[in-house]
Amino acid sequence: MSWKTTEYTGWGRVLSANGQLARPERARALSEIAKTPCPAIGNRRSYGDAALNSDGKAIDMTRMNRILGFDAGTGVVTVEAGITIGELAHVFAPKGWIPAVMPGTGFATVGGCIAQDVHGKNHHNAGSFGQHVLSVTLLQGDKRTTATPTKNKDLFRATMGGIGQTGVIAEAKLQLKPCAGDVMMVTEQRADNWDQHINLLDASTAEYCVGWIDATATGGALGRGVIEEAELAKGLLPTAKPSKSVPMNAPNWALSGPIVRAFNAAYFRRVPGSGKSSVKRIDDFFFPLDKIHDWNRLYGKRGFHQFQNVVPLDQMDALREMLGLIARSGLASPLAVLKRMGPGRAGHMSFPMEGYTLAVDFPARDNAKDLIARLEDMTKDAGGRLYLAKDALATGPAIKAMYPEHGDWTKLADKADPDHAFATDMTRRLDLRNAI
Amino acid sequence: MSEMTQTWIILGATSSMARAFARKVADQGAVVLLAGRDMDDLKRSAEDMRLRGTDARAVKFDARDAETFAPILAEADAVGGVINAAVFVGSMPPQDAIDEDPSLIDGTVMDSFTGPARFLQSLAPLMEARGAGTVVGVGSVAGDRGRIGNYVYGAAKAGFATYLSGLRNRLTRSGGHVVTVKPGFVDTAMTWDVEGMFLVASPDKVASDLMRAVEKKKNVIYTPFFWRYIMLIIRHIPEFIFKKMSI
Ligand SMILES: Cc1cc2nc3c(=O)[nH]c(=O)nc-3n(C[C@H](O)[C@H](O)[C@H](O)COP(=O)(O)OP(=O)(O)OC[C@H]3O[C@@H](n4cnc5c(N)ncnc54)[C@H](O)[C@@H]3O)c2cc1C
Ligand SMILES: NC(=O)c1ccc[n+]([C@@H]2O[C@H](COP(=O)([O-])OP(=O)(O)OC[C@H]3O[C@@H](n4cnc5c(N)ncnc54)[C@H](OP(=O)(O)O)[C@@H]3O)[C@@H](O)[C@H]2O)c1
Repeated sequence: MSWKTTEYTGWGRVLSANGQLARPERARALSEIAKTPCPAIGNRRSYGDAALNSDGKAIDMTRMNRILGFDAGTGVVTVEAGITIGELAHVFAPKGWIPAVMPGTGFATVGGCIAQDVHGKNHHNAGSFGQHVLSVTLLQGDKRTTATPTKNKDLFRATMGGIGQTGVIAEAKLQLKPCAGDVMMVTEQRADNWDQHINLLDASTAEYCVGWIDATATGGALGRGVIEEAELAKGLLPTAKPSKSVPMNAPNWALSGPIVRAFNAAYFRRVPGSGKSSVKRIDDFFFPLDKIHDWNRLYGKRGFHQFQNVVPLDQMDALREMLGLIARSGLASPLAVLKRMGPGRAGHMSFPMEGYTLAVDFPARDNAKDLIARLEDMTKDAGGRLYLAKDALATGPAIKAMYPEHGDWTKLADKADPDHAFATDMTRRLDLRNAI
Repeated sequence: MSEMTQTWIILGATSSMARAFARKVADQGAVVLLAGRDMDDLKRSAEDMRLRGTDARAVKFDARDAETFAPILAEADAVGGVINAAVFVGSMPPQDAIDEDPSLIDGTVMDSFTGPARFLQSLAPLMEARGAGTVVGVGSVAGDRGRIGNYVYGAAKAGFATYLSGLRNRLTRSGGHVVTVKPGFVDTAMTWDVEGMFLVASPDKVASDLMRAVEKKKNVIYTPFFWRYIMLIIRHIPEFIFKKMSI
């Protein structure tokens, strides 16, 4: 079967790899290819180097995307791991079932969602993706192993959020969640400042809740934004608008300070002071950016970074201070999100912890790098952590300090993969396969 | 089944282009027969489609074994309604492998031309009897002109295109239709490690183009559309120049 040498990048397009990729389309081809143990990758929606393997091999799973079983009574579905979350929602929502956890892009594959133990806008209620996984089938060279929360349970736990280090996830069995219908009832409210923003997030009783934050607003307006709350509902669907794509890299000024500030102010005022309710299609609510293909090109050819951290509830002030730093830097893009997370997590290396998570995009510039380095320190001091799905810049010792179960995880990963054949650019950069 | 049932026989259904097309006809409510050699894979695809709500079945088809043809036709006949067929079968051994072993020509021609043609020849009377149905035949831009890099494959595709043209002529008389499809570069297993490709289309994009062509009863389409113009230029290069080129 064919390997092709090619250059490929993470979603932020700052980091890239030159290596050999195979892209099997059939189960037999996958088993054959997987005999050479090497990391599996999905749709490369991770921003940094989680899905990169420079000078090595990797298996692109995106063509392994079939549904293998579904029980309409229990909502248990078995799939090939390359199927996307968007596809699952599209197929099953009309039948009354939806993935229990959906990240902000429908292009994420099931394998990628497991390997990063992703969270959605309902994390405070539903927990993380891995908490709804019933079993995974792993390929480790010639070996094919099934792991569940009760059988091979250590391996299972090391695989949830295990950034692909325990083997190639070929198949997975997921518990879907019943849904009343396939539209969203959405309510948006304005928060004029940080305190209001946090209060609205804390007070929310909605199934889905997230805050868009104007990361350029300073002074008394620091932390202003729009809180979005939503429930799944039955209703009539507005017809889908066709998707568009960004044909080329945008010039550098496209996301410069003044333009972003003007955009953010307009976006904020879009929602009236009294709030606003509307009905949205599922994809429009969960995957708002997916309609514009290759939107990462808007950041120009130098690419961009996303900084995402989470801090414990009582470290809210530290997070406010970080936001202040970001706002005064004038470097942030319009894509910024604040969310209250619950404690739900499925693996040793899972990102979530009970607290507040902040995600902000920055065009890749030297001053953005310096800022992100400071934010890394502040996050560590606050007892929080950074999200590996977004990271391209962190340092190994800091990450190890942020993930207290890292040491245990390395032992299990070593058991599954003693030769470190599944190592990636990320695990090498952060030295994640070694305990200290 | 009602008279309005549309049955699609998909030959070469393991191809990612075929898979994408099968999902699209399934979305319109068709019964789908997934035909090919790799029964394990076809059964997985059939199950996938059944779980999405389609009556899909895996059936054995080998372009090099005519014995496999009749059972497929019988099954399609038994479903009732309108019978349609889409041919994605084809094989492209590297030209230098053929130079080394000219006997590879036989298989290439059978996979890309004579096998499918023989199948369609037996299907035609069934379509005529119903006075309806569409055949989609996937050729290639490689069939438009013999090039140094893959002229055996190209010749097989050219033969198939000429066959489809004749079949169109025949089926039109009884209310049937034939769409000839000439894809440029498509991002599939066949071309994964082929170097020097450009303007590569996704299988899904090609499948959308095919759906539109079937709906609009197009005769010959290039997909993506701009290949029509690229090939227009290539076909007009005078032979005394073309013979020295290696494009
Ligand atoms: C616009 C956007 C919004 C996002 N929103 C959210 C959000 O709300 N919440 C959130 O949690 N994340 C979010 N993300 C991050 C994204 O969900 C994760 O990066 C996810 O892992 C992407 O899936 P992927 O299929 O692209 O995986 P990749 O990025 O290709 O791979 C991610 C990791 O998974 C491993 N992997 C992939 N497939 C397999 C497999 N089959 N077997 C073993 N290992 C595998 C890879 O080795 C790699 O370590 C967002 C990303 C974008 C671009
Ligand atoms: N990819 C491109 O750029 C491109 C461009 C122009 C035209 N095309 C044409 O598009 C069609 C689909 O190709 P693809 O790109 O999707 O590649 P592919 O995956 O290799 O598809 C070829 C298909 O033909 C089948 N096949 C080959 N020999 C067969 C035989 N003797 N009996 C039965 N089935 C046989 C294969 O089945 P198995 O699974 O059993 O091997 C497979 O389903 C082909 O006709 C190809 O020539 C492709």
